[in-house]
Amino acid sequence: MGRKRGYFGDYGGRFVPETLMPALEELERAFGRAKVDKDFINEFESLLKDYVGRPTPLYFARRLTEYFKGAKIYLKREDLAHTGAHKINNALGQALLASRLMKKERIIAETGAGQHGVATATAASLTGLNCEIYMGTEDIRRQALNVFRMNLLGARVVPVDTGSKTLKDAINEALRDWTTNVRTTHYVMGTVFGPHPYPSLVRFFQSIIGREARKQILKKEGKLPSVLIACVGGGSNSIGLFSAFLNDRDVQMIGVEAGGFGINSGKHAARFAHAAKGIFQGCFSYVLEDRDGNILQTHSVSAGLDYASVGPEHAYLHDIKRVKYTYATDEEALEAFELLSRLEGIIPALESAHAVAECIKIAPTMPKDSIIVVNLSGRGDKDVQEVARIKGKFI
Amino acid sequence: MKGFSIRKRLDEIKNRSERAFIPYIMAGDPDFRETEKRLRILSEGGADIIELGVPFTDPLADGPTIQRASERALKGGVNLRKILNFLKDLKGSLDCPIVLMTYLNPVYCYGIERFFADAKEANVAGVIFPDLTFEESLPYRVLAQKYQIDTIFLVAPTSTPNRIKKIVQACTGFVYYVSITGITGSSLRLDDTFKDHINFVKSFKKPVCVGFGVSSAEEAKYVSQFADGVIVGSAIVKIFHENPERAIEFIKSLREAI
Repeated sequence: MGRKRGYFGDYGGRFVPETLMPALEELERAFGRAKVDKDFINEFESLLKDYVGRPTPLYFARRLTEYFKGAKIYLKREDLAHTGAHKINNALGQALLASRLMKKERIIAETGAGQHGVATATAASLTGLNCEIYMGTEDIRRQALNVFRMNLLGARVVPVDTGSKTLKDAINEALRDWTTNVRTTHYVMGTVFGPHPYPSLVRFFQSIIGREARKQILKKEGKLPSVLIACVGGGSNSIGLFSAFLNDRDVQMIGVEAGGFGINSGKHAARFAHAAKGIFQGCFSYVLEDRDGNILQTHSVSAGLDYASVGPEHAYLHDIKRVKYTYATDEEALEAFELLSRLEGIIPALESAHAVAECIKIAPTMPKDSIIVVNLSGRGDKDVQEVARIKGKFI
Repeated sequence: MKGFSIRKRLDEIKNRSERAFIPYIMAGDPDFRETEKRLRILSEGGADIIELGVPFTDPLADGPTIQRASERALKGGVNLRKILNFLKDLKGSLDCPIVLMTYLNPVYCYGIERFFADAKEANVAGVIFPDLTFEESLPYRVLAQKYQIDTIFLVAPTSTPNRIKKIVQACTGFVYYVSITGITGSSLRLDDTFKDHINFVKSFKKPVCVGFGVSSAEEAKYVSQFADGVIVGSAIVKIFHENPERAIEFIKSLREAI
């Protein structure tokens, strides 16, 4: 945390219409209480165990390791968590906060690929809250299966037809809903982004990933990993993993953004490669924007990384050089997607495939006694149809 | 804080026991020639202050009408620099002081101090940043002071007394009281809780103008009972876009009602 409350170095803050400020203050107070409320923490941890299926395994990928003949590769299997991705950790935590501590009747959320929407709908169903999910019409078209899943879980999916009709527009619309219904409704933001306290709140619920991984690798190898790799959209799975190792100076960390068609094409979501900063959707961070400060359209094969800005803590970790940020292109991610499927029998989410792509680049160059931990943030079932389409096959 | 030209204008209106009429339009919707025409219609139609919007790709405090106006302006290549140049060219030919309403990112990318300096040069009398909370506002207020531009902050029906006190202090022009629903055209029936709330905001002796998505003369008249000024945004943007031939008449009816 930086000097000022809600800041990571120069990044973060609270840039929202006044209508939301009382709600953010209420949320901040509830979060403060939750952190020290034993009953709340016990209920959350017991649900993580019995409902989500935690701890997720730290799996030694033997065949992948042998294939590259370099570092030992471990996968943190968030894909095995209930609903198929790490998103459930945060959605469940916030739904509990909304129902138990804030006595709200309703939760809303935005979703791009649909994973956070499905996780929120699931948590709403479990806690008995009403639920509406905002989703761009372009994403609804691309992710019809997840729309149906959310409906099955009892949530209403609200189509968003403004702007680019994708994730950022869904966030605008969800914030507008919250502005209107702030007294009854909690907004479950899906990543370590937005106005304070969201970046810290989501980090808190996702930090279980890193705490487990640290314990697991010490048990299996008796030492800490050399490198951690995770993909970075808004940045919640990566912060979740990295947070437990930030004080371990010898552990290197790599965040992988979406390189899309390549940086020169202009069609990507590599915020750190673009290097512009700005104030967007509630906080100050790196942003893909034009010279006038308008937000650019982004592109990635993976909807979960297809976002114009990045969590403020990442911006800070980038500037102090604690984490190295790089990117993988669509093509590299697709190769990694297939390689992991073939060698390990694990079909990764296209988001997570970006992390695997970076692992493929560095593993062969590292000594055999070094260790890489890749956060496999989600499973790839949701992407199979899109990959088939790209490969020109229809299923 | 005594304030600058916006505050002065509102004090004069108050001394005459009148209420201010503050219409809003989007700059460059759909182009600057049309914007100039609309500014003159509003000014001649009796506007006391005009709010001029700066288009932004992600206007999260605005409803669909203004968002679409923003998209039309962006499509025409409008940006903050062009808007400031446009206002500079108008200098002196408009009776009405202009308040610029802009999200922070265009200002941040323009350069914050450069923005205030050029805004002064362009005769901008006040600024509203809908996504600037008073907690983050100090550097902006210092510059507004330096360039003698009035600051206007938003107060919401959900704002607590403690917040209201600080927000009102940060306003040099007027306090912008916004509706929680933000739904244009909703029928306005305000309960006593609301009246107490707005009276509390007024108790600090700064002018309080109310923006409620007022869409008709009757609603404008109703709101003007509680406020020092009435702000009309979406309804004006809409009529200029959809029925421009009826705009003058509509603006006249609002002026008479307030």
